[in-house]
Amino acid sequence: MNILKAKFKIHGGVHPKYRKELARDEETKRLPLPDILRISTTQHLGAPSKPVVKKGDYVKKYQLLAEAAGFISAPVHSPASGTIKDIVTGTGASGAPVTEIILETNNTSDAELTGVYPTDEWQKLSPETILNRIREAGVVGAGGAGFPTYVKLSPPPDKKIETLIINGAECEPYLTADYRLMLEHPECLIAGIQIICKVLNVTEAYIAIEDNKPEAIELLSKYLEDKKIENIKVSTLPTYYPQGAEKQQIYSITGREVPSGGLPADVGVLVENTGTTVAIYNAVIKDLPFIERTTTVSGYGIETPSNVIAPIGTPYQELIDFCGGAKDDVKKIISGGPMMGFAQATAETTTTKTTSGLLLLTAKEISQFESSPCISCGRCIAACPMNLMPAELSQFCEAEDFESAAANRVMDCMECGCCAFSCPAHRPLVQHFRTAKAFLRAQPKK
Amino acid sequence: MSEEQLYSVSSSPHVHSGASIHGIMRDVVIAMVPTFIAAIIFFGLNALILTATCVISCVFFEYLSRRIMKRNNTINDLSAVITGVLLAFNLPPTFPIWMAVVGSFVAIVIAKQLFGGLGYNPFNPALAGRLFLFLSFAFAMSGDWTPWSYINTENIVATTSATPLGMLQESTGSIAFLSNNSNIMNMFLGKVNGCIGEVSALALILGGLYLLWRKVITWHIPVAYIGTVAVFATILYMIDPSTNASPLFHLFSGGLMLGAIFMATDMVTSPTDRSGMLVFGIGCGLLTMIIRKWGAYPEGVSFSIFIMNATTPLINRVCKPRVFGVKGKA
Repeated sequence: MNILKAKFKIHGGVHPKYRKELARDEETKRLPLPDILRISTTQHLGAPSKPVVKKGDYVKKYQLLAEAAGFISAPVHSPASGTIKDIVTGTGASGAPVTEIILETNNTSDAELTGVYPTDEWQKLSPETILNRIREAGVVGAGGAGFPTYVKLSPPPDKKIETLIINGAECEPYLTADYRLMLEHPECLIAGIQIICKVLNVTEAYIAIEDNKPEAIELLSKYLEDKKIENIKVSTLPTYYPQGAEKQQIYSITGREVPSGGLPADVGVLVENTGTTVAIYNAVIKDLPFIERTTTVSGYGIETPSNVIAPIGTPYQELIDFCGGAKDDVKKIISGGPMMGFAQATAETTTTKTTSGLLLLTAKEISQFESSPCISCGRCIAACPMNLMPAELSQFCEAEDFESAAANRVMDCMECGCCAFSCPAHRPLVQHFRTAKAFLRAQPKK
Repeated sequence: MSEEQLYSVSSSPHVHSGASIHGIMRDVVIAMVPTFIAAIIFFGLNALILTATCVISCVFFEYLSRRIMKRNNTINDLSAVITGVLLAFNLPPTFPIWMAVVGSFVAIVIAKQLFGGLGYNPFNPALAGRLFLFLSFAFAMSGDWTPWSYINTENIVATTSATPLGMLQESTGSIAFLSNNSNIMNMFLGKVNGCIGEVSALALILGGLYLLWRKVITWHIPVAYIGTVAVFATILYMIDPSTNASPLFHLFSGGLMLGAIFMATDMVTSPTDRSGMLVFGIGCGLLTMIIRKWGAYPEGVSFSIFIMNATTPLINRVCKPRVFGVKGKA
C-alpha cells in the first residue's frame, strides 16, 4: 500500500468553512491571452529582478524580461510575444510598490525555447545542470511565499536532505488549483518529484494531501502503483487549517520539529509545493520558463467559480470577466486564500507566480467587526499552531513594547491567522504581529 | 481609475469563526438557567426578586457608568447580566434588596468599570461585590433561613437553620449527621440552607456540562479545583474522621460547585494557558480547604478565588506553552 496516514498531531489549528465545492469540480480552463499584461519584477521573495528590456522593444514569448538581481532572486520571462509599452511603478498584491513591465501582446507564435538542454533524456543530466535549468526558468515557490526554488534545492553541504515532502494539502479555504493539478496532471507532478529526488539525491518522497480530497489521494496512489514507483508515497493528513504550513506538515509526517528560526533542512526535510513541482517539470522536461500558473477564481461574489491558467501579469479584472464577472455585493477581493491572502482595493493588480487564488467575497463570507478588549478566553492560544500566546503578544504590540513581543517570540509567528479567526473580541491579532515583525526586522542586528 | 469601485482592505485573515463575546456570554447565561430554576424551587419568590434586582441594577450601573465616562455602551455583551445573576446566586434568600443594589454597584462600577471595563478587571466583579457585602453586612450575609418560611418574615430569625458549613464550624459534634448519606443527597440536590445559587450541586453540574459541551470553558479549572478539594478532604478524613467531615460533604457544601464552575472559570480573571489553569485550580482548592479547616470563616470559596485572581498575571507569566521548535523553556 502506498498510502500512509500522517502519524503526528500538531497543536492548534482551526476549521474554517472550506467552500472548496465552489470550484473543485471545475476543470482547469485557459484564459485567452489578454491584450495587455503588466508583469511585476517582484514575482518572488528576495531582490526584485532587474529588467533587461526597455520601452519599445519587441519581445518573443519565453524571452527574458528581467534577470535575477542577486542570490535570492529569480528571472522573469515574457508570457507572450509583443511590444514593451512602458516600464512603470505599480502596486503589488501586498500593497507594496513594484516595478511593472507593460507588454502589449500580439498573438503570434514566434516563440523560441532555449534548446540548450536535451530534455527528452533528462535522467542523463547532472544535478548541477538540472538545478541551473530550474534557476534559469525562474521557478519559485508557487504556494505563496515565492522563495526561489533553486536556492531551496541547494541546501548547505552540511545539511543532508533525507525526505522530500510535496505539499498538496492546499489547506486554505476555497483554493482548488493544486487539487486540479493533481487530478489533471499526475504524470507532470510525479515526474517533477523524480527530478527533485535526483537533484537532492533523496530516495524517500511523500505527497501530502488532506483527507478531504479522497479523489486525489486515490488517483495518485493508483498512478504510483500502475507505474511501479515505490519511493514516492501518498501521505494523508487530517483536514484542518494550517495543515499546509511547512513546519506543521513536516511535524505531522515525520514527527520532527524544525527549530525556531531554522529551516526544514535542519531536520533533513525539504517541502515543495505541488504547483512548484509541476513548474520544475515544465522547466526541465519541456524547457518552459515559469510564465503561467493555475489560479482558483472563487467566492460567492464571482458568477462562475473556476480554475484558470493565466499568464503572469494578467490584471485581476481579466480573470473576473473571464469567470462571468463580479456580482454586485462583492465586499472584498483577495489575492490568495482567505486566511493569509491580501485584500485588494481594486481589480487592477496583476497575477504573479504566487497567485494561487483570486477570491471575490461577499458580506456573508467575510468578517467585518469592531474589535474590543481581550477577555483572556485563551482561544487564540488553543488555536496557535506555533504554541505562542497571541493574546499576550498583541497586548505588547498595542503598547508598542516590541522588545517584550520579541522576547515572547513574535518572530516565530507565521501569520496563519488562526488566532484572529478564533478571537471572540475580533482583535486584529495578525495585524499587530505584522507591525511588530516589520519593526523588529528594521532594527539593526545586535 | 477614480470612478472605479474601491473594495475593503484589511489585514488577513478575512474570514472568522463567528465566535463573539455576546455568544460566549449568552452560553453562560443559558448554563445558569438550571441553577436559577433550582433557586426558585428551593427559595421561592425571594430568589426571583433577588436575581431580578441584581441583574437590573448591574445592567443599569454598566450603562450609566459607561455613559458618564463617555465610553461605548456595552450592555449588549451580556457580561453585566452574568455579573448580576452570579452576584444574586451568592446571596442568601433573605438578603435585603437595597443591599443587593449596593453590591451590584460595587461589582460593576468599582470592580469592573473603574478598571476599564470587561477584559481589564483583575477580579471577578460578582465576587468582588459578594465579598464587599460579606464584609460589610456580615449578619445579613449569614442569612440563616428555613426553606418555605419566606411568607412570614417576622418568624425568619426564630426559625432559622444554619448552613451545613456553618454547623460544621460551630461544632464537630454534627459531623456524623453532616456526613451521612441522606444529608449528602440533600446537599447534592440543594435541599439545604445557603445562598440561592450555591445549594444545588446537581443544577450547577448540569450548567457546567453545558459550558464544556459549548467549549466556553475547559475542564482544567473546575477539575483541578474540585479535585484538589476532594484530595485534601480525603486526607483529612483519613487522618481523623471524628473531627473532619467526609470528602463528599466538602464537595457539595458551600459555594464550591458554584465557584469552581462559574466563578473560577471567568476568563478575564483566570489564566489563559491550560497549564496555568491547572495551577490556578489547585491554588483555589488548597486555599478553600485551608480556610474551611483552619480559617475564621466557615466558607473559603470566595476568598480563595479572589486571592487566586490576584495571582493570575503572575501565573500567566510563568505558565506558557512551549513554543514550536524551541527546545526546553520558552
